[in-house]
Amino acid sequence: MSEHNEIDRVSGRSTTGHEWDGIKELNTPLPRWWVLTFYATIIWAIGYWVVYPAWPLVSGYTTGLFQYSTRASVATDLADLEKLRGEKMAVLGNASLADIEKDPALLALARARGKTVFADNCAPCHGSGGAGAKGYPNLNDDDWLWGGSLDQIMQTIQFGARSGHAKTHEGQMLAFGRDGVLKKDEIVTVANYVRSLSGLSTAPKFDPAAGKKIFTENCTSCHGDNAKGNPELGAPNLTDQIWLYGSDEETLVETITNGRAGVMPAWVGRLDPVTVKALAVYVHSLGGGK
Amino acid sequence: MNKPVSPDELTTDEDGPLYAPRKKVYPQSVSGRFRSIKWRLMAVCLGVYYLLPFVRWHRGLGAPDQAVLIDFPSRRFYFFFIELWPQEVYYFTGLLVLAAFALFLMNALGGRIWCGYLCPQTVWTDLFYAVERLVEGDRRAQMKADAGPMTVKRAGRRALKHAIWLMIAWWTGGAWVLYFADAPTLVRDLATLQAPVIAYVWIAMLTASTYLLAGYMREQVCVYMCPWPRIQAALTDEWALNVTYKYDRGEPRCSVKKAFDIRSLGEKAGDCIDCNQCVAVCPTGIDIRDGAQLGCIQCGLCIDACDAVMTKVSRKTGLIGYDNDINIQRRVAGKQEIFKPVRARTVVYASLITVVCAVMLYALMSRTLLDVNVLHDRNPIAVRLSDGAIRNGYTLRFLNKRGFDRVIAIDVDGPADAKLHVIGADSVTPDRPMIVLGRDTTTELRVLVTAPFDEKAEKSVPVTFRVTDIGLGEVASATDHFVLP
Repeated sequence: MSEHNEIDRVSGRSTTGHEWDGIKELNTPLPRWWVLTFYATIIWAIGYWVVYPAWPLVSGYTTGLFQYSTRASVATDLADLEKLRGEKMAVLGNASLADIEKDPALLALARARGKTVFADNCAPCHGSGGAGAKGYPNLNDDDWLWGGSLDQIMQTIQFGARSGHAKTHEGQMLAFGRDGVLKKDEIVTVANYVRSLSGLSTAPKFDPAAGKKIFTENCTSCHGDNAKGNPELGAPNLTDQIWLYGSDEETLVETITNGRAGVMPAWVGRLDPVTVKALAVYVHSLGGGK
Repeated sequence: MNKPVSPDELTTDEDGPLYAPRKKVYPQSVSGRFRSIKWRLMAVCLGVYYLLPFVRWHRGLGAPDQAVLIDFPSRRFYFFFIELWPQEVYYFTGLLVLAAFALFLMNALGGRIWCGYLCPQTVWTDLFYAVERLVEGDRRAQMKADAGPMTVKRAGRRALKHAIWLMIAWWTGGAWVLYFADAPTLVRDLATLQAPVIAYVWIAMLTASTYLLAGYMREQVCVYMCPWPRIQAALTDEWALNVTYKYDRGEPRCSVKKAFDIRSLGEKAGDCIDCNQCVAVCPTGIDIRDGAQLGCIQCGLCIDACDAVMTKVSRKTGLIGYDNDINIQRRVAGKQEIFKPVRARTVVYASLITVVCAVMLYALMSRTLLDVNVLHDRNPIAVRLSDGAIRNGYTLRFLNKRGFDRVIAIDVDGPADAKLHVIGADSVTPDRPMIVLGRDTTTELRVLVTAPFDEKAEKSVPVTFRVTDIGLGEVASATDHFVLP
């Protein structure tokens, strides 16, 4: 260093001997506290190597004195969270669905819990606000395939529909066309009849009497004599304004020809009972259930 | 600054120290008018700060009974009869605006009197100086001791001084945390080591900062760290009263005897006898006779010191005093001194203070104690029901700022034949949902508004939720829109 030393005539200080475009760098010493802080960080880093996991090895790493692991700390945090929730969730678990509906505090708690669980598990099919999509029921309206009471909603969440679970809802829209029960023109006729049930327009050459005959012979066993549906079988009400797959003639023909069998998974093994209860309360509150 | 030097002068490449070392200030004790004002203000300021948390204020069941309390966990601020909610933070904005205008007004009238009398840095430094003089003696004793060798007696005194300083600093930090929790309970918890960790952390931080700022950094805070001296230069004007050395009267300086000789010859001799007392007592170590300067905090102690000397030499007091350059010029020109506290600037500041006070008072008096906010569902924005009717979902949030529970009814004005359904309502009459609002809380409810579908209706109709307190008749409302799919 000393052989580079040169005095800057303006400032009276020595330079480092480094020069860029005629500008020389002054050899300005660092403040002592700065240098000491720098040394302190080096000592701190050495301490860090010893105390925390730091060095990668061929198969593994140095674990450090504290055996610190982010994975373990997440597990601890989650356990702490469960413990924190435990007391309140226990109250929720012990209350009946009707009690929860009546108690504003419990209702708020169940809805808050249900909302997050819904977002994590149900939103992919039913949408983040439960608005549904084609083939996935809207949970905000007043039409419930399998019943809209709190108990019925909880039942559906627990065991699903056509989920393969022993207690699941069963019920099938038959494939009248594919199975050869109805011919193409009969399907078109009954599709128009079904549209007429909800007051929708029908095709010009549609014969209502023929439609009614086909409907009575094939459909009333599930959808009922007056086509109001049957929540036991998940058979939809065909006289209302809500259509799970669509109400146009083409969609109805497709439905009657090939049948429908949407699946709702069973959540009984995946979510704990208290969570399912909270979820049922939340879903019921979306549109007020039935 | 650095001046060019010739290479011959540089015999070494040692660059010397980077910073000029601090010259320690040993302010001498003084007594007089301004000193006694300072003592009294110090007692008031410290008294308020240390004792306010222990003042009680009864608010009723379940509410804290501490007069001044910043309650972070339940998000409330209590100030005697005022209770503020987080969304009313604009009152604090108003207080800050008021504080700023009060400073401006103070500055326009009496210069930096905030610095000299009320600033916490001044108050605590003054207190620490008092302790130092009590333990280690006055200016001369301290200077002599610092120049001499360290003796056992001196070390003992120094230890005692630091112990007292630390106790004051510790209690300063302690009083701070008492504003954030019930003071008597927290004192007990602190003593039994049951208090939350954050309380100890804050006490430690404020103990350290008080000890360092008032014990060690002192006038350096005012000179190097504080922005106020820089700002006040822009706020002051030629009419503001500043601590001023009246050089028209003081110069030329000479001893009493010499002045007598000069005056007997009929020539002018100044009143300043150059005794340096004004410098000796200055807590920031400046010489006021150099004129207005950044280091001067306008504490007026030099006035007291000078007045004492003037009295001793049988001269008129007030050689240093609250004055301004206009008066010096006028005296030189043989005119009357004038003081003008009422000027455009002070009138504007005073009126702004009045306006802000009035606005805040009005806002405080007219603030609602029942409130409702509404949030429309975003997804889905509207739902079609099986009979073709349209339903919109909303989240209503009610604020009950009173200290008791109350029953409210919810009504809706919106599209024709609109029906209101409240999830979890304790309904008394079927068409008028009612709920109980807990005291001093917010309550959130989900409500559904259903209206028959009308082809000709507007795509979006305003919908108003009216909330009525059944007992008191207080009404609040919030408006949103009813939307068709």
